[in-house]
Amino acid sequence: MLAYLVRRALYAIPILIGVNLLTFVLFFVVNSPDDMARMQIGVKRATPEAIERWKTERGYDKPMFVNAEASGSARFTETIFFDKSLRMFALEFGRADDGRDIGQEIHDRMGPSLAIALPTFVLSLMISISFALLLVFFRATYLDFAGVVLCVAMMSISSLFYIIGGQWLVSKLWALVPISGYATGLDAGRFLVLPVAISVIAGIGSSARWYRTIFLEEISKDYVRTARAKGLSELAVLFRHVLRNALIPILTGVVVVIPLLFMGSLLVESFFAIPGLGSYTIDAINAQDFAVVRAMVFVGSVLYIVGLILTDLSYTLVDPRVRLE
Amino acid sequence: MSAAMSFQPVLLWTDLLLLLLLGAAFLAVLYMRANPPLRETWRRVGKRPAGMAAATVLLSFVAIGVLDSLHFRPILPALEMTGAMSEAAASEPPASVTAVEHGVAMYSTEVLSVLDSVLEPLRAQTEKTYSAPFASQLYQREAMELPDGSQARGYPRLVHGAAHLQHPAQEQSADIARRLVSALGQAVLAWLMVFMVVATWVWRGSGLRWGEVAAAMLRGHTVLAWRAALLTLGLIVLVVSLCIELAPLYHVFGTDKVGQDVLYLSLKSVRTALVIGTITTLVMMPFAVALGIAAGYLGGWVDDAVQYVYTVLNAIPGVLLIAAAVLMMQVVIDTNPQWFDTAAERSDARLLALCFILGITSWTGLARLLRGETLKLRELEYVQAARAFGVKTPAILRRHILPNVMHIVMIALVMDFSGLVLAEAVLSYVGIGVDPTTISFGTMINMARAELAREPMVWWSLAAAFVFMFVLVLAANLFADVVRDAFDPRRS
Repeated sequence: MLAYLVRRALYAIPILIGVNLLTFVLFFVVNSPDDMARMQIGVKRATPEAIERWKTERGYDKPMFVNAEASGSARFTETIFFDKSLRMFALEFGRADDGRDIGQEIHDRMGPSLAIALPTFVLSLMISISFALLLVFFRATYLDFAGVVLCVAMMSISSLFYIIGGQWLVSKLWALVPISGYATGLDAGRFLVLPVAISVIAGIGSSARWYRTIFLEEISKDYVRTARAKGLSELAVLFRHVLRNALIPILTGVVVVIPLLFMGSLLVESFFAIPGLGSYTIDAINAQDFAVVRAMVFVGSVLYIVGLILTDLSYTLVDPRVRLE
Repeated sequence: MSAAMSFQPVLLWTDLLLLLLLGAAFLAVLYMRANPPLRETWRRVGKRPAGMAAATVLLSFVAIGVLDSLHFRPILPALEMTGAMSEAAASEPPASVTAVEHGVAMYSTEVLSVLDSVLEPLRAQTEKTYSAPFASQLYQREAMELPDGSQARGYPRLVHGAAHLQHPAQEQSADIARRLVSALGQAVLAWLMVFMVVATWVWRGSGLRWGEVAAAMLRGHTVLAWRAALLTLGLIVLVVSLCIELAPLYHVFGTDKVGQDVLYLSLKSVRTALVIGTITTLVMMPFAVALGIAAGYLGGWVDDAVQYVYTVLNAIPGVLLIAAAVLMMQVVIDTNPQWFDTAAERSDARLLALCFILGITSWTGLARLLRGETLKLRELEYVQAARAFGVKTPAILRRHILPNVMHIVMIALVMDFSGLVLAEAVLSYVGIGVDPTTISFGTMINMARAELAREPMVWWSLAAAFVFMFVLVLAANLFADVVRDAFDPRRS
């Protein structure tokens, strides 16, 4: 088991290198730093001096791969590639355009992101699974049909409308909770209820429908017939047998996103002004802060790989037949 | 020479791809008609009422999208033309003399589409700023000059909305009611005509009497679910005739911040949604099919390499990869303005690039499915037999593997569509979607969102975007479900 984990962790290294090379090519080879500078400063005001200053401020004034002027190991460390790309492996992300340390910012913003994402994740998992089990319980009736139609209709509404509609209805019309904002401590609940509720509702349609197909596939298997034949009630069959066995396909899709919860949700955080990583990313995209976008890409892929390893581990927990060798 | 032409056709890249796609779809239909098993599968789609109804809705959206994809640059009015000519003649005498003799036409830099010409009244009738649906007055109070010369603050009348009425407050509801009735009459007539045509088409060669066929269709007893299609079509015809009656005189969905008719914006958004939803899948499909099949069939280092590439692409959260790529593409487009003649071409380039970027980030799922299916297929007897007979690998892939994974490709094509339409809205909201000048559901929502805080609320842009998107995506989802049920062998 430990050997397996170590091997998986080692396997992550080439993937991270790939991610790193890809972002490097996107950000520095497709466009030279000069192009980026010209665009950010504005074409009219982009004098050569202004471009030079912009590059120096951000450390883009070094050579790309090999620094011919330096000697020793500095030939390779005093380059854009080393500074901007390789340093990320040590979780050194450098500074954003506003001069703040990106690593510190990520550290500070993880809390608010998790405060939204974790309850959303747990609640939507529970609600969607219960709803799907309910539909399966009433399978092949009008109730099931109506439920599926509802799911498809809910899937067809853009998440933007859920957020806008929810804010308008709950915060503006009924004035139950503040329209947006964030606080720490117990006071945070006031601000979190609405975004969490909206995210859960927005996600029910597609996930409940997906779980329903998984359950239906499971319910046609022989062991379910056996369980019914020995006289178990339908509820016991569903919860004790079907749900447990359906966990394997469900876990494949679900566990991998758990680490990504740290990244937060772009839309919800920006609409509700939550100071999390999602709104950080959106602000960086709008301000064209390339350093922050690069850092978020790297963090995101690290978390994704952690999720893959967690998925493998979770199989051994729910399915004793699986052994990690 | 082209002097006689009152317009100059313009073929944008997305137009070309969309028309190519349409041509390919037409060829595919011909091919499938000649292929009994495929015909049987599509019959299964047609038997389901939901499938027929959704297909009808989708086809009407496609019609809007195609009309909006035939672009041209209108000729400039003669007065302006001679002005421009004489200016040119002054600066460059010898060349322009011949040009005037040949009558070189000057074309506007504004690129229009056939849909724009059809909707000319909607496009041209702009107001000053917001106005509510069916309003006769502007949404904002302004200082107005009264007939007696004094100044007062009030709601000015709209230039075009309800302009045909003398006293809108009293006459409006009667006017609208009258037009509703007339629209209803027209819709019934149009629907009856369509019904006759469809019934005749179903009837020909059936050996029954026409009346029997028509009655069976109305009762829903035909093999294909014609009744569902005709009912849906009836609704569409009704909506269209309502728009024909009301839209030239009222702003049915109101106007937006710069006074453009919201109905016009919504109709224009359809093309953007269709382009994103179809061309994205179209550009990624060759990669996904080639790499997925190669990885599954060849195994070894090819498999390792393909798996490595898609794990890397998967590892980057989708939005961030798209954001990074779009930001970089924006720099490329901004630093090379000389590539584009008109603003339409520039925003089209951005739309196309967005399709490519979405395609690159989304081919991994399909490639993985195809790889898994190919792994299974290559162990089957008929593939082994082909190998034993010495059939070359490319021939095996083309003749035995590809036809047997096409159902997965087909399902992916229709399943991805609705997700991509929804993604466009979100990406445009985040600022990494289509060009801000491109009319799309995302840009509509984005513009409308800022106005929600106003009192009274400006809700109509959002409502229009919501209705159009919901109908389009719902139809796509329902159609995708039916197609999947018909094509997936495990679900029959």
